[in-house]
Amino acid sequence: MDIYEPLQQVSMWGDSFKVEGGLNSIASPMLLVNTTTSMENKSEYIPHEPSEPSEVNQETTNKDVSKVLRRLAQNREAARKSRLRKKAYVQQLETSRLKLMQLELEIGRARKQGMCTDNALDTTFMGSPETINPVGIVAFEIEYGNWVDENHRRNEELRNVFQANASEVQLGQVVQNVLNHYTDLFRLKAEAAKADVLYLISGVWKPSVERLFLWIGGARPSQLLNLIVPQLDPLTEQQLASIKKLHLSSQQAEDALSQGLEKLQQSLVQDMAVDPFSATNHGFQMAIAIRKFEALESFVSQADHLRRETLIYMSRILSTHQAARGLIALGEYFHRLRTLGSRWTSRPCDSVISPRITP
Amino acid sequence: MEKVMRLATEKGVVIFTKSSCCLCYAVNVLFQEVGVYPVVHEIDKDPDCKEMEKAIKRLGCNAPVPAVFIGGRLVGSTNEVMSLHLSGSLIPLLRPYRM
Repeated sequence: MDIYEPLQQVSMWGDSFKVEGGLNSIASPMLLVNTTTSMENKSEYIPHEPSEPSEVNQETTNKDVSKVLRRLAQNREAARKSRLRKKAYVQQLETSRLKLMQLELEIGRARKQGMCTDNALDTTFMGSPETINPVGIVAFEIEYGNWVDENHRRNEELRNVFQANASEVQLGQVVQNVLNHYTDLFRLKAEAAKADVLYLISGVWKPSVERLFLWIGGARPSQLLNLIVPQLDPLTEQQLASIKKLHLSSQQAEDALSQGLEKLQQSLVQDMAVDPFSATNHGFQMAIAIRKFEALESFVSQADHLRRETLIYMSRILSTHQAARGLIALGEYFHRLRTLGSRWTSRPCDSVISPRITP
Repeated sequence: MEKVMRLATEKGVVIFTKSSCCLCYAVNVLFQEVGVYPVVHEIDKDPDCKEMEKAIKRLGCNAPVPAVFIGGRLVGSTNEVMSLHLSGSLIPLLRPYRM
């Protein structure tokens, strides 16, 4: 019988793609449905009138066949995507493994230098070498790479749903999906800040062009608003007023945080620029400085808090439709910056001697 | 606790800070940007610093400093102040106390 062959194929594919748990769960209910129908064919319906039940069976069989074919196509697509994702993940792992080896070398070198150069340093105040977590940073780089890919995928999904004129409820769900994903990024950054706040705040993990606009480890919230608002015509008078207020509050908050950070920087300079001829304990100065680096964590946290709240309040001011447009524009902007960055780093160098810059 | 409450109710806008805390400085700057000049108490210069920290925590503030009181009531720390400001609710709260 025809229906048995597709069934066999489904179970084979279910076995070979164990990575995708979803595939197995799609395959099994189909097996159940079809086996019960065939069982009924063999045992139960034979004693009864054959004509009516067999017509019904023929209809359900045709429906089942097309369902199975559709499921097979979906399985193939899902398997293909799974293979692509796995390939991308493995590539990222390879890059990160190399970076990890480099970092370990650097740390080994730095430690040797630290121990040899200054004997006057009281090493108990230096802070344990475990304070910097290179594995945490490498993990962050992998996760950030994944986040960027997922962000691109969610923005594409939003764009598709938006252009398909979906219901407001459906669009709202996808908008919330994208907003939640930005929250995930801030959580990732918080963990990275705990591992090494200086690394995070330097923005070295961001594409080079984005670093131009860096403000405390990310984009300025007011700048995000400047990106989104021009895409949102027409806006009501009330919306314009609310947006203007949000923009002003955001700028004031940014200003306050910037001034606080400046004060921290000044005090760090004062800590480290002690009289070189004085007999003060440098190790003690350094311990104070290290505690101030830890205070940086709270500044990054506040900056990310501002970014998150700005996006949330903005989405409340706007209609679902407008919020979707705004988020799509935001995603597209960062995607373009990234592309611009790649073009910049891969531009041909004029001089043959000068080294090629690798991202 | 009484000391904290007494100081918190002395004036309209009171912030408890520590002299080394730059985030406290940032919150103070924010208030000044909206035209308010809070009374600042540096609790690390106070002999009762530890008790005051505990009292602030018991009142529900998730960080000992900065602790912001408006009209004698605890508003919160930096997170709460920033959220209030972005949502547009901070300025109405401060209206009676603006210069």
